[in-house]
Amino acid sequence: MIEEIRELNIRTKGLLRRFLARLKLELRRILPQIIAILTAFLAGAIVLLVTGYSPIEAYGALMRGAFGDVFGVGQTFTKATPIIFTALAFLFAFKSGLFNIGAEGQLLVGGFAAALVGISFDGLPPFVHVPMALLAGALAGGLWGFIPAILKAKLGAHEVITTMMLSYVAFYVTGYMVNYPYKAPGWVPQTPLIATSAELPRILQPTQLSASIFLAVILVGLTHYTLQKTTFGYEVRAIGLNPTAAESGGIGIKTGMILALVISGAMAGLGGAGEVMGVHRRFIEGFSPGYGWDGLAVALVGGLNPVGVLLAAVLFGALRSGGMTMTRVTGVPLDIVSILQALVILFVAAPMLIKYLLKRGGIKWWSS
Amino acid sequence: MTSAVKMNSITKNFPSVVANDRINFVVEKAEIHGLLGENGAGKTVLMSILYGLYRPDEGQIFVNGKEVEMASPSTAIKLGIGMVHQHFMLVPSLTVVENIILGKEPTKNKVLLDMNRTLNDVKDFCERYKLQVDLKAPVHTLPVGAQQRVEILKALYRGADILILDEPTSVLTPQEVEELFKAIRALKEQGKTVIFISHKLKEVLAICDRITVLRRGKVVGTVKADETDLGELAKMMVDRKVVFTFKKKRVKTRKVVLKVEDLKAIDDRGLPALRGVTFKVCAFEILGMAGVEGNGQTELVETLTGLRKATEGKVLVDNNDITGASPGKRIRLGISHVPEDRHKRGLIQDFSVMENLILGSHNKPPFAIGRVRLNFEKASNYAKRLIKDFSIKTPSKETPVRHLSGGTQQRVVVAREFSRKPKLIIASQPTRGLDVGATEYVRKKLVEMRDQGCAVLLISADLDEIWALSDRIAVIYEGEIVATKDPEKTTERELGLLMAGGKRD
Repeated sequence: MIEEIRELNIRTKGLLRRFLARLKLELRRILPQIIAILTAFLAGAIVLLVTGYSPIEAYGALMRGAFGDVFGVGQTFTKATPIIFTALAFLFAFKSGLFNIGAEGQLLVGGFAAALVGISFDGLPPFVHVPMALLAGALAGGLWGFIPAILKAKLGAHEVITTMMLSYVAFYVTGYMVNYPYKAPGWVPQTPLIATSAELPRILQPTQLSASIFLAVILVGLTHYTLQKTTFGYEVRAIGLNPTAAESGGIGIKTGMILALVISGAMAGLGGAGEVMGVHRRFIEGFSPGYGWDGLAVALVGGLNPVGVLLAAVLFGALRSGGMTMTRVTGVPLDIVSILQALVILFVAAPMLIKYLLKRGGIKWWSS
Repeated sequence: MTSAVKMNSITKNFPSVVANDRINFVVEKAEIHGLLGENGAGKTVLMSILYGLYRPDEGQIFVNGKEVEMASPSTAIKLGIGMVHQHFMLVPSLTVVENIILGKEPTKNKVLLDMNRTLNDVKDFCERYKLQVDLKAPVHTLPVGAQQRVEILKALYRGADILILDEPTSVLTPQEVEELFKAIRALKEQGKTVIFISHKLKEVLAICDRITVLRRGKVVGTVKADETDLGELAKMMVDRKVVFTFKKKRVKTRKVVLKVEDLKAIDDRGLPALRGVTFKVCAFEILGMAGVEGNGQTELVETLTGLRKATEGKVLVDNNDITGASPGKRIRLGISHVPEDRHKRGLIQDFSVMENLILGSHNKPPFAIGRVRLNFEKASNYAKRLIKDFSIKTPSKETPVRHLSGGTQQRVVVAREFSRKPKLIIASQPTRGLDVGATEYVRKKLVEMRDQGCAVLLISADLDEIWALSDRIAVIYEGEIVATKDPEKTTERELGLLMAGGKRD
């Protein structure tokens, strides 16, 4: 009996030690991010002080607004949801060595395609209609990723240019669609409401938080799993880290890159579909305040790690939703939220981005 | 008369290698002096010392009779020394004349750029030294030969009297080489001194007045060009004792594994690199491919492994035509590849040892479950076994290979490639940059693989290595196999000559 207890004791200790070691390792990995976030809030506090506000009051209101009640929490996660999609989109392409900065456009076409499927059919059962609309969103986003991918593979066109330009194409094409052919009656440039059978259920009334958040979380897991546990993910990472060695190792680098960018686009497209089907229930021109760009920042703040992305997206969502409360309660201008976001991005992303660019040799001449 | 350059007992050590060992080197005024030696003989190091890029550990440098301390390239430039590097240092988007004056722009009233005077000055230079080039063209629009002329003009414009040309012909077409030689002769007529670094015997013999030969960091001798011949130079350059020999299993019947028929390919610049290569490699055989670097070896390996397209000809493995097959297909057919550049081609530096060890086998059983999921348990056991079998010195299988030494990294590559049960191994410069221990280990493994029935194609610039390992030796020169020899019935002198393009069968 005593023997057993002793053995159990040793085993628990071993487990505990392993757990602590792991925790320490993980903490060390995300330490730069945490420091950057704290520094950003500190710098933000200085800005607040200089402009004559109390940082404690302002941040307090921000926290209460973001997490203080059901409405705040709902709002925080609602804002975070599309950013999770676009951040994963950026991350996935990035892992294959591609810089997809066109998530904004992929999100828009995905949202529009989902809206189109949503308004075009009536009387379908939800378990058919919802997947159909989601699939349409993913396909449209995927197509928006496929175009720059094929341009790169066949002609060597740089994806930074093409994905960004296609974002503008998406913005204006969807803008045209909701201003003319698919405009709902009234003065607002928007499509009619989608059929109720295509709606994603709201999960936290009265907020707009929809089941889209579940999709986002599932996608986080799926992305992690794909990258770390599958042969395709292995190939994607190999291509991203050293394409010539990957090629020698028998990996089709062009196919890999095309697939990665299509999947990346599909993820952003799915995010757009979630917004349309869960939050707005229609495609409204300008419904995205720049989720695509936030995605880029969140991917970097999240340390280019799917779980990190989830946390960073919640932070950004909290800033967005808590910011409103802060303005209302303390009179601090909403711009402080933009400043905070910018500072977080600056402290986290800038060194990483520079390191990445240096490694890719894009600005080698500049550094030598 | 004082010499233009006199370098006295120059010694330069790098970690684990002596790059220059008590080198004495004298260049007279208005002379074209060749500096000949194989890759790694110490030519570039010596010239970098003269140009102030490296400080020598010992020795003196005299320029025009006066002892000088070369602190930096700017000291060298002040003393009238100019260097044209193998890789050009031009700003592609600027015009020729802008590149030439860069850093020494002539001005009007100390502020304004005096373009007219500049153009006239530079035009003068061009005519005097027969270096014709369109001064107003942006540099990136010019062919390589013209860019090189711009580099020479740049050096002259800075007042160079002594011009160092580092492997100037390695990037040129034969026609461009002719042009360059004309310019070098014109420079000599104008009283300039030229130091011509090369490993190409014929060129050195054609253009130089005197030639100094380096071998493994030491001067072998200095000879007058009109008192020597290709044979003597070849012997000076490569002659040496065989260091290692390996006992190999004797085999009678041999099955042909790799058959290459009239293979042609072009290099990255679109020039022919392989001009109809034909050879075969059998099981239980090491075919050594000897040759001075840059004669098509890189392109041959890339074409055989599927990384470069063949323009003509056929590659057969076990009588299957694989000419158009992808690299992945070739791996599956049992071709292993030890690439010449392990950083670029061989390893993914940020991947762990384990991840690198399964590269190329990652998509088939036992490492892939249904081709989709990675089987970490199998991969992990496999990695553990290889780390033990190949004595890979790594803290763990999870360590990124970036943190391992060069020799250990090469062991990772060798372990991966040799453990796939290959039929054919293509090993390109497999021991380059490795220390003695690692070198011997890799060579021993190659022989082991051969004794187990592998066909091995060994490409190496190191004649010792070829000599020690090969059952047959093929010599590649300018994209062709110029001879195939039995190592027991040939001499180093003969091989050296063949490598230099001096003789063919």
